[in-house]
Amino acid sequence: MTKDECKKLVVDIIADIAPDEDLSHLKPEVRLRDQLQLDSMDFLDIVMELRKRHGIEVPEADYIQLASLDSCADYLTPKFNALAAKT
Amino acid sequence: MKQSRIVITGLGLTAPNGNSLPEFRQNLLTGVSGVELIEVRYMGAQPAGVCHFDPLKYQKKKDVRIGTRAGSISIHCAREALADSGVNWEAADKSRAGIYLGITEHGNVETEHEIYNISLFKHDTRFWSHHHNPRTVANNPAGEVSLNLGITGPAYTLGAACAAGNLGLIHAAQMLRLGEVDLAFAGGVSESIQTFGIFAAFKSQGALASHPDPTKASRPFDRRRNGIVVSEGGCIYTLERLEDALARGAKIYGEVAGYCVNSDATDYVLPNAVRQAECIRKAIAHAGLTPADIDIVNTHATATLQGDIQECQAIVEVFAGCPDVNINNTKSFIGHAMGAAGALELAGNLPSFNDLMVHPTINVDDLDPQCDVPGLVLNQPKKAKRVDAILNNSFGMLGINSTLIISRHRT
Repeated sequence: MTKDECKKLVVDIIADIAPDEDLSHLKPEVRLRDQLQLDSMDFLDIVMELRKRHGIEVPEADYIQLASLDSCADYLTPKFNALAAKT
Repeated sequence: MKQSRIVITGLGLTAPNGNSLPEFRQNLLTGVSGVELIEVRYMGAQPAGVCHFDPLKYQKKKDVRIGTRAGSISIHCAREALADSGVNWEAADKSRAGIYLGITEHGNVETEHEIYNISLFKHDTRFWSHHHNPRTVANNPAGEVSLNLGITGPAYTLGAACAAGNLGLIHAAQMLRLGEVDLAFAGGVSESIQTFGIFAAFKSQGALASHPDPTKASRPFDRRRNGIVVSEGGCIYTLERLEDALARGAKIYGEVAGYCVNSDATDYVLPNAVRQAECIRKAIAHAGLTPADIDIVNTHATATLQGDIQECQAIVEVFAGCPDVNINNTKSFIGHAMGAAGALELAGNLPSFNDLMVHPTINVDDLDPQCDVPGLVLNQPKKAKRVDAILNNSFGMLGINSTLIISRHRT
């Protein structure tokens, strides 16, 4: 999986978590919270959906890694690839 | 002590056969049922009353996702009631508004969904939603209204089984009289059709309705009735002290004339005609009326074998010698909207103050002789000689009874 593919999966989740938001102009380097109306419960939803849809576990200490799309991709892409290698 | 008079100045509703009072009333007068077949988890197709309002009229998609069906129903009804009331909401003191909503139960739907959800993940509780607690706290429906309208006064629910809709109004009237709030949003709501447990429990009890035609499944007083049609719905009123309503030139639907809430103290589920009659009598006395002053009795009857008979016994006991009383039933159109039932059924009758028409009880093809109460309005609406007082019965499990009387407003 590439980082762009990973970002696409994260955006798909955000589209369900924040269905009123326009995600077409998301800036990957900017914190998601600074572009979207997301609160801590929404980030817990993102963590839950990563677990449900993709079997990816994000420990609480790593939640900070989900701050922006870029940081999501940096953090999650290796996890997705490790999971793919296992299966 | 002279008590403030409390009046109804607005209402909003969603019923299986209407999302506004005019639509609801029209369907009650023309015999249009709102019962349809739905798929119930583990149980297949069942008759149920389903509401078809648009939640996005007053909520964002995200709020619908995070909240509950009961919350959406409550918000829809509260917003419609507010608009109907003509209250200048921008200028209103939000800390002096209260929300009092009757519920039969709350949390079953969300709990069942979560249990089903984790069953897809080998019952691993890591997949249990963090939204479960705010969704299932008993004050959820009222709390969602508070969030939506920015109300900072008291917002809570009253758990009273199927007597709850009346209790929302009764409690609101009490709070207005105590001076706790200046504007009350009061009524009842239910999301019960989304929980298979309620259907399954009624089925196990032998009290779940079935019929090849869902619109004929809810048939109180009919010899072939076979149980309850579970429904969702909501109805919320704005209540104010009379002097406040008059001061702002509000339209007034009617006045809270009297009420009573009592308990059978005899059984978990079986009703008690003696206590029901006592509740009705006390409400009439509380209103300063006599049985002959009551023009419409809207029955609670849910189409269970025993429940209908017991209520009919109570009504005969109280209204013997009152030849002009009209007795009807709204559940025959919409099923049993649980916590919303009392409030919704009252709403369906309020226009009678203006048009003197009494909506009927439908689906009575073969009247049970044990339910043959003088004054029953069957299958066709009837023009009443007079409609100055409407008495609304709502009874619930664990033996809670409520009777509410609304009178024509006179200054």
